Amino acid sequence: MEKIITDPFIIRGIIAGIAVALVSGLVGCFVVWRRLSYYGESIAHSSLLGAGIGIIIGVGVNFGVVFVCLCFGILFLWLQQSKSLSSDTLLGVIAHFALAIGIIVISFNKIKIDLHAFLFGDILTVSQSDIWGMYIGVIIAVTLILSNWSSLVLVTLDEDLAKSEGINPLYVNVLLTTIMTIVVALSLQIIGLLLITAMLIIPAATSRRLVNSPEAMVVVATLIGIFSVIFGIYLSVKMDLPSGPSIVVVSSTLFFLSHFFSLLAKKE
Amino acid sequence: MNSLISATNINVIKSGKAILKDVSIKINKNDFITIIGPNGAGKSMLLKCIMGFYKPNSGVIKSKINLKLGYMPQNLDIIKTIPIMAKKFITLKKKFDKISLKKVILETQIEHILDKQLSVLSSGEMQRVLLARSLLNNPELLILDEPAQNLDVSGQMLFYKLLQEIYSKRGLSILMVSHDLHLVMISTKQVICLSNHICCCGKPQQITNDPEFLSMFGNDMAQIMAVYQHANKEN
Repeated sequence: MEKIITDPFIIRGIIAGIAVALVSGLVGCFVVWRRLSYYGESIAHSSLLGAGIGIIIGVGVNFGVVFVCLCFGILFLWLQQSKSLSSDTLLGVIAHFALAIGIIVISFNKIKIDLHAFLFGDILTVSQSDIWGMYIGVIIAVTLILSNWSSLVLVTLDEDLAKSEGINPLYVNVLLTTIMTIVVALSLQIIGLLLITAMLIIPAATSRRLVNSPEAMVVVATLIGIFSVIFGIYLSVKMDLPSGPSIVVVSSTLFFLSHFFSLLAKKE
Repeated sequence: MNSLISATNINVIKSGKAILKDVSIKINKNDFITIIGPNGAGKSMLLKCIMGFYKPNSGVIKSKINLKLGYMPQNLDIIKTIPIMAKKFITLKKKFDKISLKKVILETQIEHILDKQLSVLSSGEMQRVLLARSLLNNPELLILDEPAQNLDVSGQMLFYKLLQEIYSKRGLSILMVSHDLHLVMISTKQVICLSNHICCCGKPQQITNDPEFLSMFGNDMAQIMAVYQHANKEN
């Protein structure tokens, strides 16, 4: 077993998984606070189309994913302003439209893509250069969030209050969308597009009960994410399971445990 | 110049409907202006235009250079899902010194709830925390949007009393949207009655006799207010 874990493929997978956890804990807190989980899901759904287009044009999967997700993210942001239909309906329409074209595009004969790996993640596909790319993404996303931290929290609490103090909520929302897009692109190889939102929500939701400040929630969510990635990949290697679902099972178990213990603590 | 903000001939049209028609309002130093009006009268829109959140279709808004403005919303959009303590919220992204913070905490009587989570505060405590935040940068103008709507009657009275104290001690200007005219009568200097256009404005005692006010709020409201005025005089 020791041998398998120290295999370079697995080590790369774990290092890449930690990259995912470093951003998803941070961004996930905003997703939980602002109830954006469906928004995150919608961005993730458009990533398949991004991958397809990236391969067809020849710019590579990651670049295609970032570009297409960003376009859809901004489209969703615009749709959310609409009043005639509720935003979750509109998101539902566009997200599944994007997913449908994505599947059609990658089913073209000349594109050789492992759909299973895209949906559920496959750590064996992570290369050395992928890891460099991922950590560059992590540095960009974390820097953007930390340098705008108090503005982001204030807009989250109340948009009008933020406006009255000179913060432009649109700027903050576009920023958050950009970062969510980076997270989706990062997570695709490890978690798979079906489960990306889980990586955003579950560690943050688990952490919510344990802390009393926004900063602490981010730190605990990140730690939970890192633990889930390491333990999840260990399980997936040991039992030959897909990596994404294994990571999500670990983090969900932590969520239910924390829920259970906080209920017990309340009763006492 | 005494004027802090002046808005002249503001027009706002949204999906073909005139929300604000030719509304002009001027806020001077030490003013206490209360805007009343039925639902959908454009009260919040007027505040948004004045604070620059919304660009009116036509009209001019001029404000004093470097005007320090404090804004108190009705309630926060999100308080349940985010863990944040009252003290942290009050000081979030604010430039302040310790003395002003202490002063604000004393004024709004929130010392005992500073370490509580926002999600567990009662409505009255929440309003005082919101007020404290809006006062932290020593504003010249305080704008409040239905500040006491979520409170019960005794909570409302306490809140307006607190507001009155802050108004007279600090000598700032207040612009407020409120339905509780009978409760703010004592403090307010000028009432603006808004129903997409300005129906009437003046001192509280004056507007209760105004025919447009009577047609909008009916005789009952005027009588209730008369009672309060009477009680106030006796005091």
